[in-house]
Amino acid sequence: MNTFEPPIFELSGAGKCGVNLPAIDVPLVDLPQELLRTDDLAGFPELSETEVTRHFTRISQRNFCIDTGMYPLGSCTMKYNPKVHEAAARLPGFAALHPLTDPTHAQGALWIMEQLQSMLAEISGFDAVSLQPAAGAQGEFSGILVFRAYHRAQGADERVEVLCPDSAHGTNPATAAMVGMRVVEVKTDHNGNVDLDDLRSKLGPRTAGLMLTNPNTLGLFDEHVQQVANLVHAAGGLMYGDGANFNAILGIVRPGDVGFDYMHYNLHKTFTTPHGGGGPGCGAVGCKTFLEDYLPGPRVRHIIDSDKFELFPPPQSIGRLKAFHGNFGMIIRAWVYIRTLGADGLREVSENAVLNANYLRIKLQDLYPVAYNRPCMHEVVLKGQLREAPGAKTLDIAKRLIDYGFHPPTVYFPISVPEAIMIEPTETESKRNMDAFIAAMRQIAAEAVADITILKQAPTTAPLRRLDEVGAARKPILKYDPAKFRELRRAHVAATSNEQPERPTY
Amino acid sequence: MSHYISNTDEERAAMLEAIGIGDVKELFDVVPEGVRFPQLHLPPALSEAEIMRQLGRLGRLNSDTQSTLSFLGAGAYNHFVPTAVDALLRRAEFYTAYTPYQPEIAQGTLQAIFEYQSLLCALTGMDAANASHYDGATAVAEAAIMAFTSVRNKRAVLVAPTVHPHYRATLRTYTQGLGLTVTGDEDTTGSLDDLLAKIDGNTAAVIVQTPDFLGQLHDLKPVADKVHAAGGLLIASVDLVALGLFQNPGAAGADIVTGEGQGMGIPLSYGGPYLGIFASKDQYLRRMPGRLVGATTDMNGDVGYVLTLQTREQHIRREKATSNICTNQGLMALAATIHMSLLGKAGLRKVAEICYHRAHYAASEIAKIPGFEVVAAGPFFKEFVVSSIHPIDSLNTVLASMGIQGGYDLTADYPHLGNAMLVCVTEMNTKEDIDQFVQALRTIWEGRSDL
Repeated sequence: MNTFEPPIFELSGAGKCGVNLPAIDVPLVDLPQELLRTDDLAGFPELSETEVTRHFTRISQRNFCIDTGMYPLGSCTMKYNPKVHEAAARLPGFAALHPLTDPTHAQGALWIMEQLQSMLAEISGFDAVSLQPAAGAQGEFSGILVFRAYHRAQGADERVEVLCPDSAHGTNPATAAMVGMRVVEVKTDHNGNVDLDDLRSKLGPRTAGLMLTNPNTLGLFDEHVQQVANLVHAAGGLMYGDGANFNAILGIVRPGDVGFDYMHYNLHKTFTTPHGGGGPGCGAVGCKTFLEDYLPGPRVRHIIDSDKFELFPPPQSIGRLKAFHGNFGMIIRAWVYIRTLGADGLREVSENAVLNANYLRIKLQDLYPVAYNRPCMHEVVLKGQLREAPGAKTLDIAKRLIDYGFHPPTVYFPISVPEAIMIEPTETESKRNMDAFIAAMRQIAAEAVADITILKQAPTTAPLRRLDEVGAARKPILKYDPAKFRELRRAHVAATSNEQPERPTY
Repeated sequence: MSHYISNTDEERAAMLEAIGIGDVKELFDVVPEGVRFPQLHLPPALSEAEIMRQLGRLGRLNSDTQSTLSFLGAGAYNHFVPTAVDALLRRAEFYTAYTPYQPEIAQGTLQAIFEYQSLLCALTGMDAANASHYDGATAVAEAAIMAFTSVRNKRAVLVAPTVHPHYRATLRTYTQGLGLTVTGDEDTTGSLDDLLAKIDGNTAAVIVQTPDFLGQLHDLKPVADKVHAAGGLLIASVDLVALGLFQNPGAAGADIVTGEGQGMGIPLSYGGPYLGIFASKDQYLRRMPGRLVGATTDMNGDVGYVLTLQTREQHIRREKATSNICTNQGLMALAATIHMSLLGKAGLRKVAEICYHRAHYAASEIAKIPGFEVVAAGPFFKEFVVSSIHPIDSLNTVLASMGIQGGYDLTADYPHLGNAMLVCVTEMNTKEDIDQFVQALRTIWEGRSDL
């Protein structure tokens, strides 16, 4: 099926409108002429509802999604997104609720928020939770601001160094820099743990804290996590937990019990609020009592001796991270998820996620070397270094997986592992699908030996072939421009007349 | 096992056997024993029917904009969302995908973002727009940081007191560690002229909102001229809905345009997820935070789209990135794209016109009631300030008992206005609704001893 679809601007026809709007039923008044726009919205498309619906339906068919098939994107936890969540968030009592509604008339929403705060605290071993951050990176940002505020309150303004392992997500160092902190990188040891000697050498009176993902981005639970926390605390630093990989340890271990002082939860990962093609997320945060007063606000609390709830700003809050109270649409979905699964169901999530990842590890490690040879948690990091096909790169393997009907895993991350392939099947993937994935990975390894061009030309069954990313960055076209699109298409004609690989059929 | 888990006990046993262990617990031997397998104290699990029933009950405890007549705005707006927007948003191909890291199988998301960027450029008069920020507040905060890093040797940002109070608070949160001063809004009575008088050689950027928090429209041209003369940048925080009718901020001289896109196809949802819009002139592109999509061709020469200029971003540049932003508001950007496409040129203008005329009708009717005064220093769009002899909180309590959600109480944020509320009228408020609101205010005035 040909799903090519031109930019919406090329479908426009003067005078069309896709919305049936009400008539103006009040007397007309003068418009302030000097403040009106004078450009007649040049370039704005005009389409019928029929055409808009068809356009977006057609382009949607050029996407791979979780409902299409296995989407083992490491570190992203692409698990099934329950349909009931979508229905819940769209109930008019929530979807049509204005954020500035008097709290006495928003008790249903506040009840859900307060209960989610409590449940997240319980699951993670913390004392207080704020639901305000809009995404994991914003949760991190709040945490480092809280660390800064805490140290300043102790008169330790000189604590401006944030330690990040070399395997950390890019958001960790970027966050520290946004707070004006200095980033100090800590090495990984031969077992995939924080290198304790290197850590000791980098801790000191300037240490604000350590940002640690545990299980880490190598998919490994740090064997010395308590020792790491003790060292950081002994140096006067604080422990930040990046909750990106929380899906591995629900009901298995609570970050608050192993020495973390503050963490963020990615509700869009662990608690399966949909990823939306790149957000929205929710990066709720939890902490120990001694940091509670610094949390971003508002938070929700139960009004003592009543059955009512209220919003309140923590007394020494680092401030607001966004307008209003947080991404409530994500909060309600996460609430439904936890209430659906309960304590036993959450533990099943992690047990199955970790079982699935280890199964993939066992079945692939003979062909694709593992980065670290020990049981993994919810994801496994392999290397796309095939002994018998050194010309095959991780990128080629990833692109070839598309032809077998799978979304490629995360590739080239962590950057500390050469040719990294990071596979996170999640608990919702079936053995049947994983066996097919394993078979595909093994077949690709065989193809790499037999005929490397099969990999280099992949994908051939996707809506498009490999794209010219270098060209896109060299001459950026960031908005629709008829002349530039004509030029791109001329290049097409030139290319197809130049004996390029045969156009696939689909 | 929950109904989301796809494996049978036999399949799990087979996997354990392949791994060479007898019990899944063994996979967690690495976890310190004393803290392994804690008993979590959570409420009992509920079936889907039970959850929906409970949610129905909880939802009815809320006074939403469908069950009341709402005149509340202040940064979150009850605009009409055509059914087609959510119908398309519910396509799993869109909402269960993630960031388009593999462009060959993410063209739907990429093309939609490209079209979003293009529509925003047309509306704002900017050269480039990114794939979105969390909301209008974070967009303006990141714009201030971008201006600060784009302009050399200037460390001050001036912000108008009529920028949304939450945006100003967020701006301060974002900049607190960066050695950057934020001033200009200490006196909430200050006008834009007062703000412009504070511009000096250290001013990296001036932030102005139009329509401002109190509903007033401003001409950005004289503001841009003053800011540019001092070598700084103008950041304009805008309402996308107003841009269907009112001044093109880019044409007026703004360097960076940010704003809240919630009014374009996104439900109120008690404050989020919303849509932070972010666009700028070309010369600041390399300092722009967030994701960008560009057009290119594939190996066959077919036109397609990819994430581009990624060397600005955290996953490549780490601590040298322009921002830490990773996940943004992709689905909300898609909602706005569909919404804007449905409205088109004529619809955008018409929505703005309906809001404008109905708001002015409401203002003129309210002004006729003794005890209420419309405080407007200049032209306004869909919101205006009403001052009253009554304290606003008690006024709103009485209105609520009449099934009306009154305007935002300005007393805490703008004390100089006295008892004042910010009334919002959109295309969702019919003349009949407005008349009912006016009648309610009149009734309250007539029975004023009851307050």
